[in-house]
Amino acid sequence: MSYPLANALLIWRLTLEHVQISAVSCLLAILTACPLGVLVSRVRWLAPPVLAAAGIFYTIPSVALFAILIPVLGLGVKPTVLALVLYSQLALIRNTAVGINEVDAALLQAAQGMGMTDAQILWRVEVPLAIPVIFAGVRTATVMAIGLASIAAYIGAGGLGVLIFQGISTGNTDQILTGAVAVSTLALLADATLSSMQRMLQWAMGVRA
Amino acid sequence: MNVLSYLLEHPTQVLALARAHLWISLLATGIATAVSVPLGIVVHRVRAVRAPALGMVNVGQAIPSLALLGLTLPLLGIGFTPALVAISVRALLPILLNTYAGLLSIPQHIIEAARGMGMTDAQILWRVELRLASPVIVAGIRTALVVSIGVATLAAYIGAGGLGDLIFQGIAMVDTPLLLAGAIPAAGLAFAVDGLFGILERQLVRPLG
Repeated sequence: MSYPLANALLIWRLTLEHVQISAVSCLLAILTACPLGVLVSRVRWLAPPVLAAAGIFYTIPSVALFAILIPVLGLGVKPTVLALVLYSQLALIRNTAVGINEVDAALLQAAQGMGMTDAQILWRVEVPLAIPVIFAGVRTATVMAIGLASIAAYIGAGGLGVLIFQGISTGNTDQILTGAVAVSTLALLADATLSSMQRMLQWAMGVRA
Repeated sequence: MNVLSYLLEHPTQVLALARAHLWISLLATGIATAVSVPLGIVVHRVRAVRAPALGMVNVGQAIPSLALLGLTLPLLGIGFTPALVAISVRALLPILLNTYAGLLSIPQHIIEAARGMGMTDAQILWRVELRLASPVIVAGIRTALVVSIGVATLAAYIGAGGLGDLIFQGIAMVDTPLLLAGAIPAAGLAFAVDGLFGILERQLVRPLG
């Protein structure tokens, strides 16, 4: 138990790094994937190729994807963020498209009948109703990003994975366990927080619909 | 970039690593299937187990793979066996979840019809429930296999062997051809296995109609 106490400051710094990398990646992933999800829900024939492309990144082993990006982007945060953004695309695009497609057609007709424009229907009807499903995708993507970010420590991205890799290579069990417990706690905390937010959103949307 | 020349100069090494990679992934998926299909049946049958079991699955899903390796190492050390255990644990969840979901999706009236025909509980399980749930279960096994190949790449760091060896060596030695000689075949292996399993899945599903 002496390791975490003696290195509290280091652990805190690595936790902040870890949160930063995961948060930036998730935000960038949402900014790219959600518009793509909307596009795919509008232009149906685009859905299979776009989802297949996102699935390709999802299938590549994470260590291999990090490695493939090194010759292009070097070591550090840049290839890490790109890899995390690529990984999150499938969960986010799929959930956005599914959420929007599941909106009741009767509601869309009612909105049209009320004289809403396409943009108004999208922002005021479809997106709000799809939010719980989109949010479930955000939750999956966030937990995945936190997990993958720990692996990225090996390519110099920092974060809590540093403790695990260092501990393994120097045979320091306390350090390994500290890193493993810290990163698992971070992932579970993020999952629990997002899942209660998701429930609140679902409840709020349920009341309005 | 002379990955190609590396591959051409060391074809037996890369092939041997690919074979080791495939072997540990298949073995882990086999173990995971043997454990989690019965577990999924229990979770579906015994109502009291459902909520706690599914809660544990959720927690398990959130724990990062690297943390899982970190937690296995102090218990089992470094090498093939601890890597196999960690990969198997990772592969358990998708199969367990899909077995449960597959059984849950069977309409109650079909079970009642089978009972009305005089089938015993065991017959209903084998001839009706598992038959009808098999496409979903097989999809879970496919996910587990792709996950296993990914985690096996990472587990090279704790002595699993396989293509991850080349990647970690290549990153540590800043040797781009070496890391690509691991990463590209690892990605190829994941695609090949996913594609082949997809074909198998369709073959399995069709005769059931």
